[in-house]
Amino acid sequence: MEKIPTLSYIRPFVSTRNACKLCSPLGACIAIKGIEGCVPVIHGSQGCATYIRRYMISHYKEPVDIASSNFSEETTIFGGEANLKIALTNVTNQYQPKAIGVATTCLSETIGEDVASQLSHIRNDNTNSNLPSLFTVSTPSYQGTHMDGFHATVLEVVKNFAKKLPSADKINLFPGFVSPADIRHLKEILIDFDLTTTILPDYSDTLDNPVWDQYYRVPKGGTPISELEKMGEAYASIELGVFTAVKQGGQNGGTEVSGASWLESEHSVKNHQCILPIGMNSNDTLFDILSKISGKDIPVKYKIQRGRLLDSYADGHKYIFGKKAVVYGEEDLVLGLCSFLDEIGVEVVLAASGANSGKLQKEIIKHCPEHGKTIKVISDSDFEQINEACNTIKPDFLIGNSKGNYIAGNFNIPLIRVGFPIHDRIGGQRITLLGYQGTQELFDKVVNAMIEYKQNNSPIGYKYM
Amino acid sequence: MVKKLDITQGLPDPSKVMDEIMAKYPTKIAKKRQKSLVVNDPAEGKEIQANVRTIPGIITQRGCTYAGCKGVVLGPTRDIINLVHGPIGCSFYAWLTRRNQTRPAEGEDNFITYSFSTDIQDSNIVFGGEAKLKDAVREAFEIFKPKAIGIFSTCPVGLIGDDVHSVSREMKEELGINIFGFSCEGYRGVSQSAGHHIANNGVFKNVIGNNNRERIGKYQINLLGEYNIGGDAFELERLFDEAGITLLSTFSGNSTIESMEYSHMADLNLIMCHRSINYIAEMMEEKYGIPWVKVSFIGAEGSAKALRKVAEYFDDAELSAKVEEIIEREMKKVETVREAVKAKTEGKLAMMFVGGSRAHHYQDLFTEIGVTTVSAGYEFAHRDDYEGRDVIPSIKIDADTRNIEDLTVEKDLELYREDLAVKKEKLLKNGYEFSNYDGMMPEMKKNSLVIDDINHWETEKLIEYYKPDIFCAGIKEKYVVQKSGVPLKQLHSYDYGGPYAGFEGAINFYLEMERMLCTRIWKMVTTPWKTDPEIVGSFAINE
Repeated sequence: MEKIPTLSYIRPFVSTRNACKLCSPLGACIAIKGIEGCVPVIHGSQGCATYIRRYMISHYKEPVDIASSNFSEETTIFGGEANLKIALTNVTNQYQPKAIGVATTCLSETIGEDVASQLSHIRNDNTNSNLPSLFTVSTPSYQGTHMDGFHATVLEVVKNFAKKLPSADKINLFPGFVSPADIRHLKEILIDFDLTTTILPDYSDTLDNPVWDQYYRVPKGGTPISELEKMGEAYASIELGVFTAVKQGGQNGGTEVSGASWLESEHSVKNHQCILPIGMNSNDTLFDILSKISGKDIPVKYKIQRGRLLDSYADGHKYIFGKKAVVYGEEDLVLGLCSFLDEIGVEVVLAASGANSGKLQKEIIKHCPEHGKTIKVISDSDFEQINEACNTIKPDFLIGNSKGNYIAGNFNIPLIRVGFPIHDRIGGQRITLLGYQGTQELFDKVVNAMIEYKQNNSPIGYKYM
Repeated sequence: MVKKLDITQGLPDPSKVMDEIMAKYPTKIAKKRQKSLVVNDPAEGKEIQANVRTIPGIITQRGCTYAGCKGVVLGPTRDIINLVHGPIGCSFYAWLTRRNQTRPAEGEDNFITYSFSTDIQDSNIVFGGEAKLKDAVREAFEIFKPKAIGIFSTCPVGLIGDDVHSVSREMKEELGINIFGFSCEGYRGVSQSAGHHIANNGVFKNVIGNNNRERIGKYQINLLGEYNIGGDAFELERLFDEAGITLLSTFSGNSTIESMEYSHMADLNLIMCHRSINYIAEMMEEKYGIPWVKVSFIGAEGSAKALRKVAEYFDDAELSAKVEEIIEREMKKVETVREAVKAKTEGKLAMMFVGGSRAHHYQDLFTEIGVTTVSAGYEFAHRDDYEGRDVIPSIKIDADTRNIEDLTVEKDLELYREDLAVKKEKLLKNGYEFSNYDGMMPEMKKNSLVIDDINHWETEKLIEYYKPDIFCAGIKEKYVVQKSGVPLKQLHSYDYGGPYAGFEGAINFYLEMERMLCTRIWKMVTTPWKTDPEIVGSFAINE
């Protein structure tokens, strides 16, 4: 059997079997949903929009309208500008959006569409005077994962909208790909620190709506464009996550830029980066940053939340100490979870991601002082590799999205559902991990999962505490 | 309380609401679009426009060619490795998404829980991905030793010119197992329907007829267009087993490639989903002389009718007696539940927009519990699914249709069943119907509104007009409709329910409808049309 030489040392398998990543335009659509009045358009086959909607809807359980430029075979030959123009006009007429974000696909990228110039042609065409703000982001699925699409969109939005303005008394928050409930919790924290904040993206309402008494084609909420324009006047940015940078200027060489780092270099907005605040240590870091940039003490409310969390660590640690966990998902999520599990005494035996930044291992070692060096980290991984690894490492539980459910089934161990997609349970959009409060919920879940497992597998079955 | 639509004197003429819908479209679009909305008149037999391209920027529920080929037709078969040659998204999104179930025997292969992708990267786009594809095929063979491997081409692969067919041929030779490719790039057709056709062609060319297995049963049939969503096929297998009818193969719920290889040894093909699989039935009849009949196992009455139709075909007193015995016993169970549920659901209104067949057949289940379908339509069907196969010669062949190969099939001189052709002739004389499907419209009430490829705007407007008690569609419409205060039942994936086929399925569906139609939850919700009948914002479509 003849192998392609380049493949064998990249990873030990060729096909991705049960992928532990999604495609780039999906990430773009999620980020676009976090801008007020903004409708995503996918420039490519209608199937891309349909599949991405299908996955977002089954996770968020909300209407998710994503338009498409509906390429046909003819379009692949003659180019997509005509289709894009029709799509933009129709989206404008149907939704009267404040902005339209155009995410490209494998199809439009492969035929070499220059969407930015297409948008400017369409914009300059007199018949389209009522078009809203337009921006585009390059998101072919053959580059990176959904997280690359997400962060590339954040970067493009900042570049597209942020204006040069004198400094003002406000900050920016880049929460990363977290749940709507987590964004709401972060907002609450920022308000309690009296910080005026622009959050990008903010889909806390648009992807987690209440029941309506009238139908809104474009759900309420999201970051207003007027706020995006003022992101350059902030005196600080907080960026959650350390895998946020997007490659600019080709695959080899070039620079790596995130929305926050671009604002720092172009608009001198000081960027404070920290890992996703899951767990005591990482939240202490975040709250220190907040305290420092706001000039205020940590509000009592959060000191009490922290105290309760610590109290529960004391109550619950004996049920989980030394348990072996497998963590998988997006690199930032994996890093945040590892840091939390490390501090509560759970031994992470495998940390896997479908992404491949090359930096996951280093970051895990940095943020997991207890077990960091012994955690087996695999990048560019898939669920089958995780499944195979579980054969030898015999974990006590898995933590990650719904797609790992079959592995949990194979080994008859609990799966603690966090991340995206969660399509086999209700409430994926309401799972909180961040802050002392979110960590509290997660900690209780982990402990209870271990207790329940023991209870179900015990001949006695009942338990008192 | 909302004033319900009064249908005691028959359905109201919806022309006014159609005018309101059209008024928001520019003239050119309205002119085109209105051909896809028809006020039904079964006596008159009206024409509907279907299987035409969706306008860019309109939120369609349609999928792509790849989805129809890999996701729908090939996806549910357990002993084939379906390898997607493309970027990661395509494979991920078709990974068990349709809730197809399968029941492998102890130790038998089951690959449907896997999604395999060549996960092509930048460098493959630049330098080509065939070498990686070959390696992926070799790897799959090495690890799983499957009987067959199917390779599915996606948009970028088609564009860079990777030839999945030549790679298939080469690998087939090298590895000695059945390997075949599908040019099912997403941009190829109007909808997933194009993918169904491509899949039918591929299976017919590469699988059917590979094994001339000896007869194993007295009455051998295939079931076509049954995908075992939520376990539907299990219920039907139960009925066939008991009746002594041998189900050689199902295309493709709870199926194996192995069984498809000898499916041409059947005496009769039954078609459930006409849209997705009629091509195979037609080709099998041309090549092997196996007649096909359209049946529906959705609804208790339909199930009984279908079983009787099979018994009548085989014309055997013992079989007929057995079938009657099953029907009598099953109907007794069905009736008890049906009556109890109907008492609560009678007079309610339903709308359904799904598939290329389901929007028709589920109307029967609703009729059985006294629920009237006021409006229905398909997502990816063709005119014959609406108006019946009689219209096929008059369907315009457009560029998209021409894009998909129509196989030329010749009679297999060795295997052609002259005996079945004779049998068919004889039965035809007695009024038995073969190769026929009358479509949805003749069975719908006068003034019901039939719509092809419905969009969000039309959905909103019609909910406001009909105030239905239940709306049936898929996950993509689910929360749009529920945000409008109307419960939605998914008929693509059945939410978490099923089976709904056969007699047990009918009982399940009645009970599900009792839960959904009688819950108090919706009374707590103020629906948009209770407070504000005018949709916010104006609307226009351009082309």
